[in-house]
Amino acid sequence: MREISLHILDIVQNSIKAEADLVIIDIEANFNKDALSIRITDDGKGMSKELLKKATDTFVTTRKTRKVGMGLSFFKMAAENSGGNFEISSKEGMGTVVMASFKLSSIDRVPLGEMDETMATLLMGSPNIDFILNYKVKTENKIREFNFDTREIKEELSEIPIDEYEIISSIKSYIKENIKATNGGLVI
Amino acid sequence: MKSIADINAIKERMQKVLGTREGQTENNIRIVVGMATCGIAAGARPVLNAFLEEAAKRNLKNVKVTQAGCLGMCKYEPMAQVYIPGKEVVTYVRLDEQAAKQIIVDHIVNGSVVTKYTLDIE
Repeated sequence: MREISLHILDIVQNSIKAEADLVIIDIEANFNKDALSIRITDDGKGMSKELLKKATDTFVTTRKTRKVGMGLSFFKMAAENSGGNFEISSKEGMGTVVMASFKLSSIDRVPLGEMDETMATLLMGSPNIDFILNYKVKTENKIREFNFDTREIKEELSEIPIDEYEIISSIKSYIKENIKATNGGLVI
Repeated sequence: MKSIADINAIKERMQKVLGTREGQTENNIRIVVGMATCGIAAGARPVLNAFLEEAAKRNLKNVKVTQAGCLGMCKYEPMAQVYIPGKEVVTYVRLDEQAAKQIIVDHIVNGSVVTKYTLDIE
């Protein structure tokens, strides 16, 4: 994948297939620790211990367990290639947490990419699921943060569906502007 | 939109639009874009966006762009299928943003299938 945001889009599709109601995406760029951490937490149906063990093994997927095909392996590979690491934990009936950490300065780290596009695609595909995006940038002397929660948007919208094009494109530009401001000129 | 509160202005505009759209849900055209790992890696996200943008630009209110999983032919991704009521399903393969825009104009608006991107089963 050319962008980390595409991995995120892909991994969240697992959460959607696992019937999650709420998906939390935490992104933290920590320049003090030279780390970019991504965490995706869902309240979906989770995985059994057996399935969890196989989750990141490429090609062991069967049609029945297709939701854990190549996506997680790719994400793991991308993180490890940059000198980072990958973790996944899951509990049946509770949900799944996927954590990938990238080395910020590594030449083998793909850019984070367009998170606004990823969020818009998710909102369009699954308007009934709620998404939270917590975006944090830590530098030597500053912590900047941007938090986005579809529950707040839906409350404001009341009866208007969130997946209307005009709403989605406003949300997209809202996320884009805020991420840019949070980055404060840094390239992530 | 600068803050969440700004959504109220959009909301008011939307309420009017939605009011005039009542009863227009019949004869819906569906464009389904494959959005599994294979599709995403091949560039399905900008393709999906191009479909949406072009449909919105042309004010095509009866077109619904949706997402599907893996369509089973990963090497042809990004793929999309066009469902028009009363017509055969058309499967498009190896799409990009330009192709998506062309499909909206030629196929959806003018009714002629863009054969350059259709799937030919050998």
